[in-house]
Amino acid sequence: MAADAELAGLGPEGRTVTGEPVIAGDPFVTGGPLVIVDRVRKSFHNVPVLNGISFEVSAGEVCCIIGPSGSGKTTLLRCINRLEKIEGGMIYVAGRPVGVSVHGTKLREMRPADLAAQRRDIGMVFQSFNLFPHKTVLANIIEAPMIVKKTPRKTAIAEAHALLARVGLADKAAAYPDQLSGGQQQRVAIARSLAMNPKLMLFDEPTSALDPELVGEVLAVMKDLAEDGMTMIVVTHEMGFAREVADRVIFMDDGDIVETGTPAEVLANPQQPRTRSFLARVS
Amino acid sequence: MHPYATKADAGGPPGQLDAKDIVRTPKPRQWIGTVIALLLASMFVHMLVTNSNLQWNVVGHYLFSHTILSGIALTLELTLLAMLVGLVIGIVVAVMRLSDNVLLQRISWAWIWFFRGVPPLVQLIFWYNLASLVSSVSVGVPYGPTFISWQTNSLITPFTAALLGLAFTESAYAAEMIRAGIQAVNRGQVEAANSLGMTGAQAMRRIVLPQALRIVIPPIGNDTISMLKFTSLVSVLALPDLLYSAQEIYARTYQTIPLLLVATLWYLVLTTILTAAEHLIEKRLRRGHGGGPTGAAARQGARWRLMPSWQGSVPKAAP
Repeated sequence: MAADAELAGLGPEGRTVTGEPVIAGDPFVTGGPLVIVDRVRKSFHNVPVLNGISFEVSAGEVCCIIGPSGSGKTTLLRCINRLEKIEGGMIYVAGRPVGVSVHGTKLREMRPADLAAQRRDIGMVFQSFNLFPHKTVLANIIEAPMIVKKTPRKTAIAEAHALLARVGLADKAAAYPDQLSGGQQQRVAIARSLAMNPKLMLFDEPTSALDPELVGEVLAVMKDLAEDGMTMIVVTHEMGFAREVADRVIFMDDGDIVETGTPAEVLANPQQPRTRSFLARVS
Repeated sequence: MHPYATKADAGGPPGQLDAKDIVRTPKPRQWIGTVIALLLASMFVHMLVTNSNLQWNVVGHYLFSHTILSGIALTLELTLLAMLVGLVIGIVVAVMRLSDNVLLQRISWAWIWFFRGVPPLVQLIFWYNLASLVSSVSVGVPYGPTFISWQTNSLITPFTAALLGLAFTESAYAAEMIRAGIQAVNRGQVEAANSLGMTGAQAMRRIVLPQALRIVIPPIGNDTISMLKFTSLVSVLALPDLLYSAQEIYARTYQTIPLLLVATLWYLVLTTILTAAEHLIEKRLRRGHGGGPTGAAARQGARWRLMPSWQGSVPKAAP
């Protein structure tokens, strides 16, 4: 395949088919894009859901993906940390192909241990929180640092308390997830992700499962995170958040990126009819 | 009158009927049934007391005899060891069954197929007679030199034969239960663990299995009670468990019925204790379920929790 041949030659001076340079190495040093999504295709049971998606996200940028349900935005997000496998194109995070290793002219699936190591840098927050129900809030947060990064227990606990204070839940360390409200659970989930010191945070409709009065507390934590310089890709239906916090908004429909630009461009002055009709429906 | 109204509906205008006036509905059939059941029960008790063949004095004589008590000890030892070994193998087989590795899947399928299919009694006799099939067991290079070798007869004692037969049978059943438990754990748990950088094995060990095992504790309790009774099979290997100890005595004294009564009474006592223990565990598990942050319930919940109430929806596989 053409894409394979292209990738085979990828070095620091490699280029994608589209001709843009691929940054190998830490984009925090090189200043290049942290995430490159390049012509990504994906289908479920022969139904195409992503038809060659391409975009880039720079370090420190907050990128909101909006669009009607079924447009492929959640799938796209899940492809970025390889919870879903892509069928075409390539995704790079911090200069490295995600979930794929290059062997001379051949591409192979990464060894599970290598994929796990790659995912340490990519935090993910789920719509349904997915906290570990059999562990306390504190145990939820220190689990990955201790098991994956072998952080000493004392250090992990100290960091966890700092993170809990940051998301406003300093007094909930000993609680179990089912003793917390949805908004509190989601804030714990954010703290749990942050405990791994990720370079990139993915948010998959983080407030969609929440009662309306609990949405604000989660968005406030996310906003705080954005102001702190975290690189974030957020799939959301919260247009207010996108307008206020996002550096860039991507509107997706039917597996394609229809329109992309600053919130002012896409949300306030949409150029495409599909974007306009979607925004008219949600606001 | 309304065409569908019956005599019972004739109650007059609103304001006259009051639900607090409801009296208990007479249940004559239940009364007749109770009388018959009591009659039969009293006949049975009368038979137990008056039938001299039961020889209650002999029952009393042997109920706490040394032979019987050491038989109980062996029965309990076999039950617990077989459950322990069976569960450990069962966990391994269940994880293999759900792995991506086709070879491991097939091996675990074959294990479950074989050990669920062969009756434990047949297995006990088979393991006991293993020496007739292979006279020695060696460690070495296949088809090459051997390093260490044991006589099968010295490895397979009646006890190990019994333990293997019972534990392997249990492992097949436990594997299926644990597999169901693992599959009942929300898929999002593994995704969350993976997205934190945990490998599949770490996620299984730290996140999925603890939740799966809590789900399968009730059926495992049930299996333990079954196992207690299955251990009576080992009497065919002349292992002095509870049943064999009773047989040993009546083979000598010909007091068959009273000694079978001794064994029956003890089996009932032991299963009653195990049932009570199982109920206790289940109750504590349930107390932890969605207990809320109040008092004793929350503290209990801290130690015994089943599944939480899942808030939100299951993540969508498709967009």
